[in-house]
Amino acid sequence: MSEVRKGYVRPIDIKHGQVDMAHGSGGRAMAQLIEELFAKYLGNEYLAQGDDGALLPAQGEGRLVMATDSHVVSPLFFPGGDIGCLSVHGTINDVAMMGAKPLWLSAGFILEEGFKLADLARIVQSMAAAAKEAGVPVVTGDTKVVERGKGDGVFITTTGVGVVAPGRELSGRYAKPGDVILVSGTLGDHGMAIMAERESLGFESPIVSDTAALHGLIETMRASGADIHVLRDPTRGGLATTLNEIAKQSGVGMMLQEKDLPVTPAVNAACEFLGLDPLYVANEGKLVAICAEPDAKKLLAAMQGHPLGAAAAIVGRVHEDAHHFVQMTTGFGGKRIVDWLSGEQLPRIC
Amino acid sequence: MKYIDEFRDGDVAQTLAAAIRAEADPARSYHFMEFCGGHTHAISRYGVSDLLPANVKMIHGPGCPVCVLPIGRVDQAIRLALEQGVTLCTYGDCLRVPASDGLSLMKAKAKGGDIRMVYSSADAVTLAQKNPDKQVVFFAIGFETTTPPTAVAIKHAAALGLKNFSVLCCHVLTPSAISSILESPEVRQWGTVPLDGFIGPAHVSTIIGSRPYEFFAEEYRKPVVIAGFEPLDVMQAIKMLIRQVNEGRAEVENEFARAVSRDGNLKAQQLVAEVFEMRKHFEWRGLNILPYSALRIRSQFAEFDAEKRFPLGYASVPDHKACECGAILRGVKRPQDCKIFGTVCTPENPVGSCMVSSEGACAAHYTYGRYKDV
Repeated sequence: MSEVRKGYVRPIDIKHGQVDMAHGSGGRAMAQLIEELFAKYLGNEYLAQGDDGALLPAQGEGRLVMATDSHVVSPLFFPGGDIGCLSVHGTINDVAMMGAKPLWLSAGFILEEGFKLADLARIVQSMAAAAKEAGVPVVTGDTKVVERGKGDGVFITTTGVGVVAPGRELSGRYAKPGDVILVSGTLGDHGMAIMAERESLGFESPIVSDTAALHGLIETMRASGADIHVLRDPTRGGLATTLNEIAKQSGVGMMLQEKDLPVTPAVNAACEFLGLDPLYVANEGKLVAICAEPDAKKLLAAMQGHPLGAAAAIVGRVHEDAHHFVQMTTGFGGKRIVDWLSGEQLPRIC
Repeated sequence: MKYIDEFRDGDVAQTLAAAIRAEADPARSYHFMEFCGGHTHAISRYGVSDLLPANVKMIHGPGCPVCVLPIGRVDQAIRLALEQGVTLCTYGDCLRVPASDGLSLMKAKAKGGDIRMVYSSADAVTLAQKNPDKQVVFFAIGFETTTPPTAVAIKHAAALGLKNFSVLCCHVLTPSAISSILESPEVRQWGTVPLDGFIGPAHVSTIIGSRPYEFFAEEYRKPVVIAGFEPLDVMQAIKMLIRQVNEGRAEVENEFARAVSRDGNLKAQQLVAEVFEMRKHFEWRGLNILPYSALRIRSQFAEFDAEKRFPLGYASVPDHKACECGAILRGVKRPQDCKIFGTVCTPENPVGSCMVSSEGACAAHYTYGRYKDV
């Protein structure tokens, strides 16, 4: 009399367990980690295909946009977010800044031996929540494990694919003299949140990262009918570096008004304290828009009507300048250059 | 920000600018040196010179701690990290100062040196406590403002009985640099650097007080106005200097009375005197070897002196031939007068030290003011 034993595999101990080398071996331990952790939270019809790659529906009209971003932020958890949601928002925003509707993401994990599975679960859950809220599923992934001391907990690389509707054209090359420069909200929140957490500064009013997916805000902006020439997210290097990139690409100069730059009092004070300039501090949920002058007010109103653009402001103008200088009228009444970031202000910010 | 925004108010600046225009005699010109890099930075960052009449000119002084550090001293720090295998701690600005053989502390770090950036000398002591098997050396630079914290670190390490902590002491003294400029032939004999007065240091003066400058006012007949590092402080000081010049006075006046007294911080001075003593001479970048211009660690704290603990000879190394940092630090040239400014020498690839720190004259002009040159 034969008896078929009921299959039973002891579940991974997510509460107390740690990543070990077998989790990256390609064998059963890895399959189990994928099933009980990644698939459990990130699951969707494409990921469920379980093949080497995701088979995705072809898109009709328009062009595809693809963007990739690696995340090495330290610490992994910070006020307002963690490396998980950051890795989703960062790549969605890169796709969205091209004027595309983000469709799918891939995620590659490099895990360090000994990393707590409980922390990994928190990160994956945060990714899943961010992907769900954004409506952009993670459709394929990869996991590798490196020996203890060869990584720093977890690094995540995400790649995003989106589609641009025909006729929509955005590029850092399209800023024109006379155009108006807008930002979608306060500057420097992400960078200072990381910095305060890393240095255990314990400011009385905690600074919270602004990490957010911006494609919804962009859709609202597009719906306003404003003639937008450039969109860009001022991440590493902050607004100053982003505007310098655009000025160089478009072959123009810019003039900012310091008094119009939105910065929260907490970020301002923290920057003052640490000798940093909010213009160079990273953002993860803000965008810069450059649009035709007659549409600026309309665009501003549209941005301010969206929760992620409530503190949007017009901060400057584009002009002709063969030297492509970004300049600023200071609140003090003088003039100065707002230069490229020099060196590394805050390493491992995203 | 309360107590900060008030000193950056654009409306007050316009009123003060009008007062300066009214005060300045259009028939003559005024040349003032702001001694400190902190003032240089404020002037460039807020565009203060745009608010001054054309006949009031500012000359950048040598008061930038990183700028006056000679190559030989950075070489010593690099050798400590690469040859002696110590953990070398220093303030961030020091990391990019160019040294010999195309190296800097940052490049030495990439070559495998254990070099850490710290925000305070106390962090270096903590690092030594946490790593008893590593020799930790704090590369201590700066004027009188950063000297008391180094003294505290040494005393703290002594109290803890740390055997793996020492200091490479490169602290320098402000009055020596001012005398060097006033004694230079450009100012004293040839008159090629017209100098009508000084904006005196802010933070340094909180420690040493305003008394040390009285000698310069009396002996050299140059007015000194001690000023804070906010842009309105600088403008107010300029107005006070113009008035002194117009009235033929040469006195020490204190615009920064909210932080500076005549005697300074006596407790800090005592602490410094307890731990440090004068060096007979010290090499400065740009100002050459100045007598009694720097500090070394007293013999009773000798075990915390990296120069005694490790075999570290000092070799003077000349600056890059085309680099004008020396002349710029003495006020003889302006950054834009240097042939390699903004071409070979940029903040990304500094050739001279003045292009390194945000307080350096070249870095300040490159970062904030170079649009004026084109």
